[in-house]
This record gives sequence, C-alpha cells and structure tokens, in this order.
Amino acid sequence: MAMEKMSIAKALNESLRKALDTDPKVLIMGEDVGKLGGVFRITDGLQKDFGEDRVIDTPLAESGIVGTAIGLALRGYRPVVEIQFDGFVFPAYDQIVTQLAKMHARALGKIKLPVVVRIPYGGGIGAVEHHSESPEALFAHVAGLKVVSPSNASDAYWMMQQAVQSDDPIIFFEPKRRYWDKGEVETDSIPGPLHKASVARTGTDLTLVAYGPMVKVCLEAAAAAQEEGKSIEVLDLRSMSPIDFDAIQTSVEKTGRLVVVHEAPVFYGSGAEIAARITERCFYHLEAPVLRVGGYHAPYPPARLEDEYLPGLDRVLDAVDRSLAY
Amino acid sequence: MTVESTAARKPRRSSKRTSAVKTTAKTSAKTPESSEPELVQLLTPEGERLEHPDYSIDLTADELRGLYRDMVLTRRFDAEATALQRQGELGLWASLLGQEAAQIGSGRALRDDDYVFPTYREHGVAWCRGVDPTNLLGMFRGVNHGGWDPNSNNFHLYTIVIGSQTLHATGYAMGVAKDGADSAVIAYFGDGASSQGDVAESFTFSAVYNAPVVFFCQNNQWAISEPTEKQTRVPLYQRAQGFGFPGVRVDGNDVLACLAVTRSALERARRGEGPTLVEAFTYRMGAHTTSDDPTKYRADEERASWEAKDPILRLRTYLEKEGAADEAFFTALDEESEALGKRVREAVRAMPDPDPIAIFDNVYADGNPLVDEERAQFAAYQASFADTAEEGK
Ligand SMILES: Cc1ncc(C[n+]2csc(CCOP(=O)(O)OP(=O)(O)O)c2C)c(N)n1
Repeated sequence: MAMEKMSIAKALNESLRKALDTDPKVLIMGEDVGKLGGVFRITDGLQKDFGEDRVIDTPLAESGIVGTAIGLALRGYRPVVEIQFDGFVFPAYDQIVTQLAKMHARALGKIKLPVVVRIPYGGGIGAVEHHSESPEALFAHVAGLKVVSPSNASDAYWMMQQAVQSDDPIIFFEPKRRYWDKGEVETDSIPGPLHKASVARTGTDLTLVAYGPMVKVCLEAAAAAQEEGKSIEVLDLRSMSPIDFDAIQTSVEKTGRLVVVHEAPVFYGSGAEIAARITERCFYHLEAPVLRVGGYHAPYPPARLEDEYLPGLDRVLDAVDRSLAY
Repeated sequence: MTVESTAARKPRRSSKRTSAVKTTAKTSAKTPESSEPELVQLLTPEGERLEHPDYSIDLTADELRGLYRDMVLTRRFDAEATALQRQGELGLWASLLGQEAAQIGSGRALRDDDYVFPTYREHGVAWCRGVDPTNLLGMFRGVNHGGWDPNSNNFHLYTIVIGSQTLHATGYAMGVAKDGADSAVIAYFGDGASSQGDVAESFTFSAVYNAPVVFFCQNNQWAISEPTEKQTRVPLYQRAQGFGFPGVRVDGNDVLACLAVTRSALERARRGEGPTLVEAFTYRMGAHTTSDDPTKYRADEERASWEAKDPILRLRTYLEKEGAADEAFFTALDEESEALGKRVREAVRAMPDPDPIAIFDNVYADGNPLVDEERAQFAAYQASFADTAEEGK
C-alpha cells in the first residue's frame, strides 16, 4: 500500500504522469501546458519528462485545441486537453457539443472519442472576469458527454485515471480553489466506478448533496450543525453526468430531507435536475421540499463580491434550517 | 505553382494562362475577384491540352476514360438523388452538379491510406473512396446522421457544421505525423466555410505542427445566396501565405488540373513539408440544396457562362479528339449510368426506417444509466400500445 499525502494539484499531476507513462497514446495538449506546466502547474514537469510530442503547447485557439484533439482521437490517440479557465471554454463549445459529443452516435458506434477536456472551474480565488465560472450544467445537458468533478486528492488522482481510460468524452471540472488542499492518496488501490457518488459524512436528519468545491463547504456545515445536535449526511456526487441517483435516493430515504449545493446559478442548474428526479423517486419519503443553494441569475460578480455570491457556510446552514422547519 | 510572390498571383484580366505575368499596378481593393482569375489549367473548356511548368501529368487513355467514367457516374447518381428528393424519398439533397472535376480530380489523387474529411457535398470524393453511394443517402433520407464506418474507406462522416472538419483533419494529420506514417489527409470545405474561425484555426495548427494535410476549398462562387466577395477581399488561395504555407488556385472544372495539383500537394505533405491550400475555382450549377431557390439571388446568364466550362463535356471533347474513347465506350457508360440510377432508386426505396429504440443506441461508448433508464421507459411505453392493439382485437 502506497499512501501519500498530496494536494489535489499534485494528485492530478501524478495521475497525468502515470497516464502518459502507461499508455503511449495519451497526449496532453493546451495553452502553456509545456515549460510552464500550465497556469496552475497541473502539468508541471511533464513536458520535460515526456517531450514536446506528448505534452503539446498549442496555439491560443480553443476550438482548435478540441477540434484537433478530436482528429487525434480518430487516429487512435487519447488526448487530454486543458482549457486554461472555465470562461474560455466557449470558443470550443461548438466543437465539444456539435462534434465531440455526437460523433460516436453518428458513426453508429464504429468510432470512439476518448478525449478528456480538463477545465479548472469555480470561484473563490479573487480572480478577474471569466476566471470563476461553473458552466457544468451546459455540458451535462448534452447527450454524449460525461461530466465529472473531484473534491479531494484521492478522487482527483483516480478519477483522472478513469477519465483517460474512458472511451467516452469526459468533461473534467477541477475545483481550482481546492487545488492546494491536501489529502491522502492511496496510489495502489483499485478505485470505485467513476460515476458513483460517495458518502463523505454519514447522518440521519438531512442529506446535503454537493460536488467539487462545495463538498468542503457542506462538510463544514455538517460539522457546525452537529454542534447544534443535527445529524447531516453529505453526499459527494463526483459525477454530474451521469448522476448517481440511486445513492441520493438511498440517503434521502433515510433522512427524508435534501438540500443540493453548487456554485453554479440555481436556475436550470444541476440542483434542478436532482430536485425533480428525487421528488419523483422519493415523494413519500420527503419531509420537506428539496431545496437548492447556489449562484444567482446574474453574471459572476467582481471578486470583492464573490463571497456574497458563492454559497458559504451560513447560506447552507440557512437552507438546512429551512428544510428542518417543515 | 505556389505563392512565392503575391504580385505574381494577382488576378488578371489577360486570357493567356501559362506565362507568368507580373502585375505591377496596385490592384484595387474593390475588385478581389476578377472575371478571369489566374489558375492552373491543363484542359481548356474547348478540350485543348495545355502544359504547365509545375504540374505536368501524363495519363494513359485508360486512366482518362476512368476519370470520365467517374464524373459521368457521379453526375448520374447526383441527378438520381435530386429526383428522389423531388419524389419525396429524400428530405433534402445537396447536389454536386458542376463540381465533378474538382471532386474526381482530387479524389483520384488520393492513396488508399490517405484520409478524407468531407463536408456534405463530396459525393464524388466518396465515390472515389469506394463508399457505396447509397450509404450517402441515409442522412438525407433521415434514417441516420452519417451511418457509415469512417475507417472502412478512410472517409469520415459528412459534416454539416461548416468548417468543423478542417480541424479534425488537422488533428488526424498531426497523428499521422506522430505515427511516422507517410500518408496524407485532405479536408474539403467551401468558400463560405473559409470565413469560419475553425478553418483559420486549422490553418494555424497545421502550419505550426507542419501537419500533412491538404485543404481543398471548392470555391463554387456561392455560399447559399452569398457570393465569395462576401467572404473574402483577397482571392482565397492567397490566404495560405499569411499562415506560412502555399496556396494554389486550380481550374476546378478541369479534372486533369485538379488531379495534378492535388497530387502534388499530397506529395508535398508526404515529404513532410506541411499543408497546402488548394482553391478549386468552380461553380455550383444547381441550387445550394433542394430547399434553395437560386433565382432569387443569381442571374441565369451566370450559369449559362459556366455551362460552357462544363467539366464532363470538355473531357469528352478531348477523349474524342485523341481517339481515346469510341462510341462503344460512351454507349456502355450510358447503360452503366442507368443501371446505377436504378440501383440507387431501389436501394433508397427499400431503406427501412430505423427501429425507434435506435434513438438510444451509441449515445455513449461505455454506456450510461440515464440512457438505459430512458430506453427502458421508452420501450415500456411503446409496448403499452401493443397491449392496446391486442385488446382492440
Ligand atoms: C456553422 C454553420 N452555419 C451555417 C450553416 C448553414 N449553411 C449550410 S451550408 C451553408 C453555405 C456554405 O457555403 P460554402 O462553404 O461555400 O459551401 P457550399 O455549400 O457552397 O459547397 C450554410 C450557411 C451551417 N451548416 N453551419
């Protein structure tokens, strides 16, 4: 057993290194991923060890990055592309939605598109415009894509391994404000399935569902609620498409209450999807309506206001209280 | 001929085609396309053979007849598809009428191990790749969105979003180079598509990575109702120069020139010298698609002037003049054309609608529980009608 404590950033770096090492068809592509190691250093040192042919600095053209990755995948490669920041994925959105997502079906399954699109996402780092967004619902809505986000170092390590090995295109959202959070990574063990939710904390009074950066906030909220005598279960969704509804159902059948938390705007967000499905599945188990906590229907605000915009401990606890009051 | 000097490549009004003319006067920015563009031509509209210093070609009578046969059969197939649309058998058809030389010339320049990324009108190229023409009709009939295995003929699926496939071609070509293979890749697109960012990005990527890709732009003068002047202020082939690779304009109605120029560009790619942009200067004789009405935006005389440049007629004139084909050849080809038309007609009419459950097929390679759930619900819902029908008996 090889147990190591490392940050999420380091876990991703180690995971990509392992992927490059294991399969010569794996390629890393993106802006500044070479010498610099990416603006978040996720690909640090990889070009030095694997060369410019495997770790490719690309022109500054997002559609070009994803479009050529599709071509490379058609040739038998497994490209892992980095989009520098969430707000810059949109020039590539066309290629992702009209091409990457659909090509397997259009070819009646004869070709596969094993492309991973890595996107550092979310707020909380005091960045300028277009550097703090959570566009996961825009991708989860598209059939043919799978959308995941780890919340801790161990998941970062293993989910990246699984994403690279997947024959489907994976949109891999990395919670950038958690990059430097450390955790134990067991680098030898066989991981659970990529799209399975995990119980991050057990409880009996209410279920909090979150993913990526919000898992930590929910764990803190659950700890705070514990001091008030409330037992909160926290479910780390890990995958936004597909969603492990069975895991949510199991938890809600136990607790009878559900609050979904994410940074993205609540309107048309993943919380809406979860609320609808769980209401359908667990109508007679629910003691309260499913509540959602998330961003507002407004452009992501300037950094000095992001603490107001992002769900924090208090807003999560407020929703917990409202649910328990039913 | 590659772009060495922009001045030498300025469109000119002279009708002489082979001597290098240096235009010293500044060309007015108002007239990006002249009526007589400079282009590589090996066979005139009158069926005269020309020589070109950079693109010589020497074909046997058999090969010449082969090119002619390809063009005639492709045109016949295209006409049949248009008729089938009129008869309600196809929802839409994008005709290649007038572009046979560009497609057969470039298509016959390819080797089996080359890879083609087409748009939605490359029926002639598909023919050259050995794709069964009836396979091309599935998406126009509405029974699939592509429906063939791209790897069985190295012919990718038709791409509707204009320009997207140029990036796929470039990425694929980058992979070819990584593999150390000596095959080449060709991407087809139109003059309208040349305005898309993806095309510009594919030029950038292919130049930067020296990818073995040939960009084959069929400038058929129109992007639905928009003329080429609405896409560009300089002749399209000249655009390549700014990206750092050669561009060449070829008479797109001259199958020999299209073959020679494409062959040369492919060989260049194979030698590891990177991309080339070929602009095939041609004309879309029919409507953009069967839904289009070209009378609303273009004059009849324009079409008539291009009729005189018909790619098939000029090769026929040449074949006859050279004694390379006799009456028996043409008669046999007529019969073969009719047989092809009949086969296509019958195949389309026999094409079954897909099983509705196919909606859920191949959404994911590794499966997805949501798709499984919706498939099961859909199947149960469908089955409920069977029960009703049963009860009604
Ligand atoms: C991104 C995109 N925008 C618009 C369309 C609709 N459309 C289909 S074909 C076409 C014109 C394309 O013209 P061109 O590239 O010159 O090719 P041609 O059809 O003339 O061969 C347009 C506007 C499309 N398919 N894709």
